[in-house]
Amino acid sequence: MNRRGNGLTVYIYELAWILPSIAIPVGMLVAIALSAFALGIHLPGVTGRIDPARLDTTPPFNQPGVRQVGPGRYEVVIVGRIWQFTPNEVRVPAGSEVTFIATSRDVVHGFKVQGTPVNMMLIPGQVSRLTTRFDRPGEYLFVCHEYCGTGHHVMFGRVIVEPSAR
Amino acid sequence: MTSADARLGLEHRLTAYYLIIALAALAVGGLMGVLQALQHAGINLYPYLYPAIASYYHGLTYHGVMMVLVWTTFFISGFLIFVAAHSFNRPLASPGLARFTFGLMLVGLLLTAWPLATNEASVLFTFYPPMKAHPAFYIGLTLVVVGTWLVLLNLVLTYRRWRTENPGVRTPLQAFMAIVTLAMWFIASLGVAIEMLAVLIPFSLNLVPGADPLLARTLFWFTGHPIVYFWLLPAYISWYTMVPKQAGGRLFSDPLARVSFLLFLFLSTPVGLHHQFTDPGISEFWKFIQAIFTFGVFFPSLLTFFNVVASMEIGGRARGGRGWLGWIGRLPWSDPSFTAQALGMIIFAFGGIGGLVNASYNVNLVVHNTMWVVGHFHLTVGSGVTLTFMGILYWLVPYLTGRALWSRRAALAQAWLWLIGMGTMSFVQHWLGLLDMPRRTMVGSAAYLPLRPDWQALLPFVGLGGTILFISGLLFFLNMVLTVLASREPARVEIPVAEAVHGPEAGPAVLDRWRPWLTVAAALIVFAYGPVLGLLVSSAAFNVPGIRVW
Repeated sequence: MNRRGNGLTVYIYELAWILPSIAIPVGMLVAIALSAFALGIHLPGVTGRIDPARLDTTPPFNQPGVRQVGPGRYEVVIVGRIWQFTPNEVRVPAGSEVTFIATSRDVVHGFKVQGTPVNMMLIPGQVSRLTTRFDRPGEYLFVCHEYCGTGHHVMFGRVIVEPSAR
Repeated sequence: MTSADARLGLEHRLTAYYLIIALAALAVGGLMGVLQALQHAGINLYPYLYPAIASYYHGLTYHGVMMVLVWTTFFISGFLIFVAAHSFNRPLASPGLARFTFGLMLVGLLLTAWPLATNEASVLFTFYPPMKAHPAFYIGLTLVVVGTWLVLLNLVLTYRRWRTENPGVRTPLQAFMAIVTLAMWFIASLGVAIEMLAVLIPFSLNLVPGADPLLARTLFWFTGHPIVYFWLLPAYISWYTMVPKQAGGRLFSDPLARVSFLLFLFLSTPVGLHHQFTDPGISEFWKFIQAIFTFGVFFPSLLTFFNVVASMEIGGRARGGRGWLGWIGRLPWSDPSFTAQALGMIIFAFGGIGGLVNASYNVNLVVHNTMWVVGHFHLTVGSGVTLTFMGILYWLVPYLTGRALWSRRAALAQAWLWLIGMGTMSFVQHWLGLLDMPRRTMVGSAAYLPLRPDWQALLPFVGLGGTILFISGLLFFLNMVLTVLASREPARVEIPVAEAVHGPEAGPAVLDRWRPWLTVAAALIVFAYGPVLGLLVSSAAFNVPGIRVW
C-alpha cells in the first residue's frame, strides 16, 4: 500500500466510526429529552431551604402525613430521620395524583417509592418534591437508599393504594 | 539492566513502593467485599469479626475507601511516574520532590487509616456530612490528594526540561497521556479539596456550628465523577500504547488517541450533576445541561474503543488471523497480561453502556441509588480498570523485581475467574437494581427483605459471584507474593510500547499545546457549574450539626 492510499483508508475508517459515534449519543439525548418533557417527568428541583432544627414549627413538616388538596389530588409530607420515616404508612385511593414533599431531620437519607419514578434524596436543609400517579391498587414499599448509619437497613415504609370507591 | 534502568533507579523504587501500598489496599478491600456479598446471600460473618470489623457499614467503608481511593490512587501514581519517566527517557526533574510526595501520601494514608480502623470514620467513601468522622480521616485524604498534585508538578517540571532539549518535537505519547490524566485530575479534584478545606475539616474540628450538606455533596461530585476518568485513563494508556504491542500489532492512530485524551481533559468535569439528578436544591435545567455533557464524554470512549480494537486487529491479522472476526482467536490469549486486559475491555464495554442509563436524566430515576449502580461500577472500576491494572502488574512486577511471573497458568485462570465472578455478581446486581433493591444496605438483615421474595431468589448469586471473585483475588495475590519470594527464573520482560501506524506528525500541532485545551476546560466548568455553585454558595447555611450514626 502506498502511503497516500493507506492514509485515505484510515481516514475513511475513522470517519465511518466517528459519525455514528456522534449520531448515537445525540439520538439518545433527543429520545430522553422528548420522553422527559413530553411525558412531564420531573426531577427534584429548587424547592426551597429549611432549617432542620425547626421542622416541628415549620409548615408543612410540623404536620407530616397525607392531606387531600383537591379532587383526586393528595400531598404526602414525610420527614426522614435515623432510622425511620414519619409517617411510615400512607393511604391514598387508586387513581390519585400524589405529591411527596419530604426532608431530613438529621443526615442524608434516600427515598424511592418502589415501582414508581419517585426517587429523591432527603437532604437536611433542603425540601424535596416529586409528583406521581397511583393507578393500580396495592402496596408500594419506600425504603431509605442512602447510607444513614447502623440502622439504615430497617428504615422503610409503605404507600397503600386502596381500591377506588368510584 | 539497560542503561535506562540504571538512570531510573529512583523512579523504579518509588513505583514499587506505590504498588506495594496499592496491593495492600486491594487485599483489604477484597476481603471486605466477599463479606458483603456473603451477607447479601444470607451468610452473615460479621459477628465473628467483631470488633476488628465493627459492623457491615464499617466493612463497607473499608471496602470503598481501600478500593476506589487507595488502590486506584497509589497504583496510578506509581504507574504514571514509571510511564512518564520511560516515555521522556529521563529521570524526574526533582528526585527530592518525588520522595517527599510519596512520604506525604503515605502519611495521609496512615492518618486516614487510623480512624478508619478504629471505627471512628464509618462514613463510606463518600463521607457526606452531617455524618461526622474523626478529623484525621479528612485531613489524611486531603494530603493524599495534594500528593497527586505534586506528582503532576514533578511531571510538568520534567516535561519542561525535556521540552528545552527537544524543541519542536511532539511530546511522546505516553508522557502526554500521563500529564493529561493528572492535569484533568488536578482540575477535577479542586472540588473535593474545597469541600475538605472549607466545609469538612472545620466541621470535624468543631470550628463551625455545622455543615451545608448539599453544598458539600455538590463539591464532592464535582470531583466524584471525573475521578472515574482518573482511574480509567491510566488503563487507557495501557490499552492504547502497550496492549497493541502485546497483541503483536501497532497503534492504529496516534493523533486520534491524543484527541480522545484532550476531550477527556475538558469533558470529564462538567458532568458531576448526573450523580445528583435526585437531589433537591439544584435546578432541572442545569441537571439536563450536565446530562448532555455526560453523553459528550461518552464520545472519547467510543473513539478509544475503535482505535484500540483496530490496533488489536492489526496484531491479530499479523499473527495470521483471517476474516471479519477470525483475528480475535489469533490474539495472544496465552499471555496473562494481554488476556486480563482484553477481558477487562470486554467487561468495561458493558459498564459503559449501563453508564448511559445512569446519565439519562429521567431514566436515572429508575436506577438511582439501587443495586444497578453497584453492578455498574463493578464492571467499570471493578473490572475494566482493576483487571487492566492486574494485567499491567503481570509484566510490571517481573520487570521491577527481575523475577519471572510465578505462574502464567494461575494468572490466566485468575483473569477468567474474575470475568466469570464479576459477570455473575454484576449481572444479578443490575437486575436487583431494576427490582428496586437499594445500594449501600445490609440487605441480608433488612427489615423489608421478607416482603421481597424476588430479591431473596436472586441474592444467592451475588454471594456466588463474590466468592468466585474472592478466589480470583486469592490466585492473584498468591502469584504476586510467590513471584517476589519464590520465583527463581530471571524475568525477560521488556516494557511493551506500541509503534503507531499513524504517528504524531499526522495530527495538527495544536494537539501538542496545553493552553488552548486548559482554557476550554475552565470555560466549560464555569459554564456548567458556575450558576449551580453560585446559588449554593450564596445561600449556604453551615447550620446542620455533625452526628455520629454508627
